[in-house]
Amino acid sequence: MTVDTIAGTPVDVNEEGFLTDPSQWNEEVAVELARREGIDPLTDRHWEVVRFMRAEYEAKGTGPTVRVLGKTSGVPVKELYQLFPKGPAKLAAKIAGIPKPRGCI
Amino acid sequence: MHQIVILGGGTGGTLTANRLRRAYSPDEARIIVVDQDDAHVYQPGLLFVPFGLTHPEDLTRPRGRQLRPGIEYRTAGVDQVATDRREVLLADGSALDYDVLVVATGSVLAPEETEGLTGPGWMERVFTFYTPEGAAGLEGALREFDHGRLVVNVVELPIKCPVAPLEFCFLADWYLRERGVRDDIELTYVTPLDAAFTKPVAARRLGGMLADRDIELVTEFNTGEVDGAGGRLVSYDEREVPFDLAVVIPAHNGAPCIARSPGLGDELGFVPTDEHTLQSTVAPEVFAVGDAASLPISKAGSVTHFEGEVLVENIQRFLAGRPLDASYDGHANCFIETGFHKAMLIDFNYEVEPLPGHFPAGVGLPLMKESHLNHLGKLMFQWIYWHSLLPGRDIPGIHSAMPTAGKKQPVDA
Repeated sequence: MTVDTIAGTPVDVNEEGFLTDPSQWNEEVAVELARREGIDPLTDRHWEVVRFMRAEYEAKGTGPTVRVLGKTSGVPVKELYQLFPKGPAKLAAKIAGIPKPRGCI
Repeated sequence: MHQIVILGGGTGGTLTANRLRRAYSPDEARIIVVDQDDAHVYQPGLLFVPFGLTHPEDLTRPRGRQLRPGIEYRTAGVDQVATDRREVLLADGSALDYDVLVVATGSVLAPEETEGLTGPGWMERVFTFYTPEGAAGLEGALREFDHGRLVVNVVELPIKCPVAPLEFCFLADWYLRERGVRDDIELTYVTPLDAAFTKPVAARRLGGMLADRDIELVTEFNTGEVDGAGGRLVSYDEREVPFDLAVVIPAHNGAPCIARSPGLGDELGFVPTDEHTLQSTVAPEVFAVGDAASLPISKAGSVTHFEGEVLVENIQRFLAGRPLDASYDGHANCFIETGFHKAMLIDFNYEVEPLPGHFPAGVGLPLMKESHLNHLGKLMFQWIYWHSLLPGRDIPGIHSAMPTAGKKQPVDA
């Protein structure tokens, strides 16, 4: 675990760049994390998913998988891939400052 | 007298019922197991069916006969559970009350959730080996297959026995070499994960084993469509993998009766469950075991077996009004068949990833290493399953809590 300064805020991150303490997150951090992943700007639709991820994490202690996200977030899976290319659940979790969704293995 | 109802007569339901029957005398508790059919399949055996090494009929036994005397067995569909009334409504219109409910309804395949998967080509050039019918159909197709592209694809996690698709690749490589056609076949493993497996040490080891066998690895591929007619997998981000024969592991859901029960299941129909006590978070008298539980661990028989001990202890504590024992550690243990009469063993839990060393202690079966001994262990396991695991007996030297004595820490890996 290392400390990274993101948008002027020192945050603890793991080796994959995920925040290890979601309480250190704020909206400026999200914007900068997104920019580092090549998502610029974060649109309202992105924010909808990011906020949904944080709410799910607070309620359940883990972020949802893509399939669950597609079923519950109101954003279809196809669009999730357009918003967060490659891995929506992983990328949205990173930008939302929550841990990588736990693989069920 | 307590009334304990167990939904599901598979691995979890059977071993829980048998352990409970030993824990309570017949005047202390009535134990009822409900399942919709009477065919208990030894699911780990399905992996071997496509290679002609076993047959579905050799893997199937009646459910009721795996239960100790004094356990009532009912073949009936479950309509839904009314947790507010502590009542199970059966499809035939009757109802069962419970003081404790154990949900052991497993997981079901949802091939219809992937576009095209059950369309043209399904059971002709697109198969799954996760059902007896699919595994038997694949056996015929594989026997005829002598050139082209063979693709093994995991659509999405969670799936039952997450190492089984890798084992399928290793066995296919071996089977095709034995038949002398391996050089004419491209073998590709396509996964939504970012590596061959989730946990780093095992992912490196298994990834290396794919490379050694000339099996191509395609990662972060989230299958959006299976085009059986055109012979291609298409990902949501519009990448394509062509195939002549595809072995697809469909997405999994919890049992439909759980999804139909108000407030019982999560979005996928699995029961939200405390990961250390196995009590559901839905209602205190509802417990879940095995695949049916939404836990951050493999959906696998070994997990279910290790959960059984803690679950039965906690049902007794709950009925006696005592605090529960939060000791289930996520222990899982799998033999990974690697072909050429060898297998590898991995052992891990919520906190500790699979590591090299020996199991269960300094002397024992080699971990994370291919060996003939592990292959024999895998074959012997079918006997252990019917005669020791389902009856709910402890296997000597192997306990619920994960052993650490024989493991090497990651620095050595």
